[in-house]
Formats: sequence, structure tokens, C-alpha cells
Amino acid sequence: MAGHASKQIDAKTLWGGKMSPFSTSYGKLMMWFFLVSDALTFSGLLVAYGFTRHDYLGSWPIGEETFQSLPVLGHGYPLIYVALMTFILIVSSVTMVLAVEAGHRMDKKGVIKWMIATIIGGFFFVGSQAWEWSHFIHGSEFGKVELADGSLATVHGEFGELENFTVVTAGDHHKKNEVITEDLMHEYQHAAAAGHIEDDKITLHDGSVAKIAKHPNKDVELYIKENGGKYQMGDRVSGPEAIAMYEEAINSGEAGRLIYGANLEENEYGPQQYGQFFFFITGFHGFHVFSGVVINIIILLGVIGGLYHKRGHYEMVEKTGLYWHFVDLVWVFVFTFFYLV
Amino acid sequence: MLRDDIVEYSLEGHHSEEAGKTIRKKIWKVTAILTAITALEVILGSQIKQTSDYWEVIKWSFIALTIVKAAYIVLVFMHLGEERKALKYVILIPYFIFIIYLIFILLWEALAVGDIWAVSAS
Repeated sequence: MAGHASKQIDAKTLWGGKMSPFSTSYGKLMMWFFLVSDALTFSGLLVAYGFTRHDYLGSWPIGEETFQSLPVLGHGYPLIYVALMTFILIVSSVTMVLAVEAGHRMDKKGVIKWMIATIIGGFFFVGSQAWEWSHFIHGSEFGKVELADGSLATVHGEFGELENFTVVTAGDHHKKNEVITEDLMHEYQHAAAAGHIEDDKITLHDGSVAKIAKHPNKDVELYIKENGGKYQMGDRVSGPEAIAMYEEAINSGEAGRLIYGANLEENEYGPQQYGQFFFFITGFHGFHVFSGVVINIIILLGVIGGLYHKRGHYEMVEKTGLYWHFVDLVWVFVFTFFYLV
Repeated sequence: MLRDDIVEYSLEGHHSEEAGKTIRKKIWKVTAILTAITALEVILGSQIKQTSDYWEVIKWSFIALTIVKAAYIVLVFMHLGEERKALKYVILIPYFIFIIYLIFILLWEALAVGDIWAVSAS
């Protein structure tokens, strides 16, 4: 137990005014005060998220439906990726506290070892978040669809692979009868969103028109997210009917029936604010992780240079540790409120 | 200018090898607890749908587990548990008062706003 009022306080630990508030050092107390204010900022963001979410209720995206992809393995693994990210951050928090503990024993080698482990964990987390963002921005193969009755639905199932486009009317770049096999998905989604697909023919960027060769979609299930003339929020449509309804939207030639991925104006997962909150909250947290890694590297250089050993204590490691644990703490809440509930 | 009257370290900045062993043991124990809680949350989250009858129970247990995790991080990893009582209160009381109030008032308001949108849309 650190410092009780009855304890004789070592003259060296007193602050400039010959007092030692809370029996703690100036630097550590100020770090705590900074963290208190930063935590209030994050609380404000998360409560604002909660406010918006409760406004929308049913049409708000559900974490386990939105985040279910893994690198390489693909779809169908709800929440596993974020769980992995959470685990990485918890482990790096553990290595940080072990560095602090080694510092208390004046074990320089131990501090270096555990701080390097912490920094590696931090880089892994930032890297994972970059992948997550990229995946969120590019979106799914199906996108979100506006059905014939005006209702909006997210689409789940197996997307039939695109084989090629055969040009039937030449444009600026492509000649007649040319078979295009590159960048098909990008062209296809772009054209579908802009209403440039009609009767299985696609109008490409350069103005040429091509016939689409594509395997049929399978096991399509539509989750209705906004009311239309026929379907209500919460309805699920599956079977051949769902496949036909999705095809109708793709082949309608009308712009705005499909939305792929996310930007600040629209996203395929839910209301506009969902994308904005995702980018802002996870981005603000990711920025904290990044700055934490930078601060850790600076302190690590000080440790390696023997600065803190000469000073007689490793309190700088303890202070950067406080910041690092705080970053982990915030993620625990983001994980629950953004992904789980 | 370097001021020598401000010495920047706290009491209890050091401990012995013996004490280190007990502290490390505690750290690994807390690690195991945090990992187990996260694993449990993911299993529940991926198995039980939000449309399920049990969802309310699951949701509240997620929130409770989150607070348990946060408490372990703050009290053990950040060593707040070992600080003086007054410091603990200075740090924790703002949340117990203001954040709980903010959550209550805003979520309540949000439901009302949502109702009005639903009415004006229909």
C-alpha cells in the first residue's frame, strides 16, 4: 500500500511546496488528471453513439452481422477478428505492466524486453485496425439493396463469381468482342451503384457496353432494415424469391439502388451516422494507440540509454504505462458498445 | 533550467525480488481472468442473436462483464488499488456521478426523439 497519512514521507518525494498531495509524484498525478479528462471525452463520444443508436433502434446495424470476416478465411466468423484485436491489446497491456514491475526491481534488461513486446503488440493492433477499416470501407460483395417496394435490406449469402465481360458496343478503350477479365468486381459494383447494369449488360467507365458472364448467387437472404411498401423492418426474405428480388435491383438500370462499403455520406451497414461514429470513435482510439506506441518508443530509447537507471527509478515507464493501460481500457468499452451490444 | 527542488518520483517506487514474484503472479492471474471474460463474451455474442428472448439478459451481462474487466485494468494494471483512498475517489467519482447521469438522461431522451421520428414518418 502506497503512502498513508501517518507514514513518514521521504523528503525527496516532496513537491516544490514541500508537500506531496496523495503521496504521489507530480508527474504521476498529472498523468492521472489527463486520463480523467480523456476518459470523459471518450465517455461523451460513446454516449453520443448510444443516443443516436436509441433513436434508430431497429435499423441500426448489429455487430455480429456487420463484422464477421477474417483475413484469408473470408466470411462467416462473427466477432472473431475484433476479439483477436481485443486480445492483442490486453496482452500488450500485460507486457506493459510487467515492464513497470521490472522497473521497480531496477531490472533494466527486463524493462527493455517487456517494453519491446508492448510496442510490437501496439503495432499489431494498429495494423489490425487498418485492415478492419479497409474492409469496412470496401464493404461486402452484395452491398445494401433498395428493393422494388422501397424497403432497404442488407444481403447475406454466397456471391456468384464474375467470369468476364464481353464487349458488345465499343467505347473509348475497349474494342468490340474484347473479353475483359481484370478488375471485374470493382467495375461491377461501381456500375450497379450508378445504375449502369441492365439486362445483364454493363456500361463500363469508358462508355463501352459489355455482356456479363457471372455464376448465379446462392442462398441469398435479405434482412430488411427499413420499411417499404411490402416489407417491414426486421423481416427476413430467403429462397428463390430473395435471389430474384436482388437481381431485379441490380438489373434495374436505376442509380442509387445499391450501396457498397462506407464513406462519410453513406454506408451499406445502416444509417449514415453509423459510418461516421465508426470512423470517429475507432479512429480516435486508433490515434491514441498510435501515439501510445510513439511515446513507448521514446521512453524505450531512454531506458536503453540508461537515463532512468541513472536517475534511480523507472517512474517514466510507469507513467507511459498508465497511458497505455488507459488505451486498453477504452477499447474494452468500445468493444462492448460498438461490437457486442 | 533544471530545478532540483522537484523530485519526480512517488513513494513505493521500488520493491524487492520477493515482492516482485507475488506481483507477477497476480498479473498473470488477472491476464487469465481478462482473457476468459473476453472469450466468454465472444462466444455468447456470436451464438445468441439479438432477436433471442434471452438477449436482454445477455446484453446486461455484457455490460456487467465490461465493468469487471475495466475494474481489473484500473485497479491492478494501473495500480489505482494501491493508491491512497482520496486519490481513488478523485479519479472515480466524476464517472459515478456525471457519466451515469449523462447515460441515463441521453438514452431516455433518445427514445423520445426516436418515437417522434416514428410518428412523423408514418
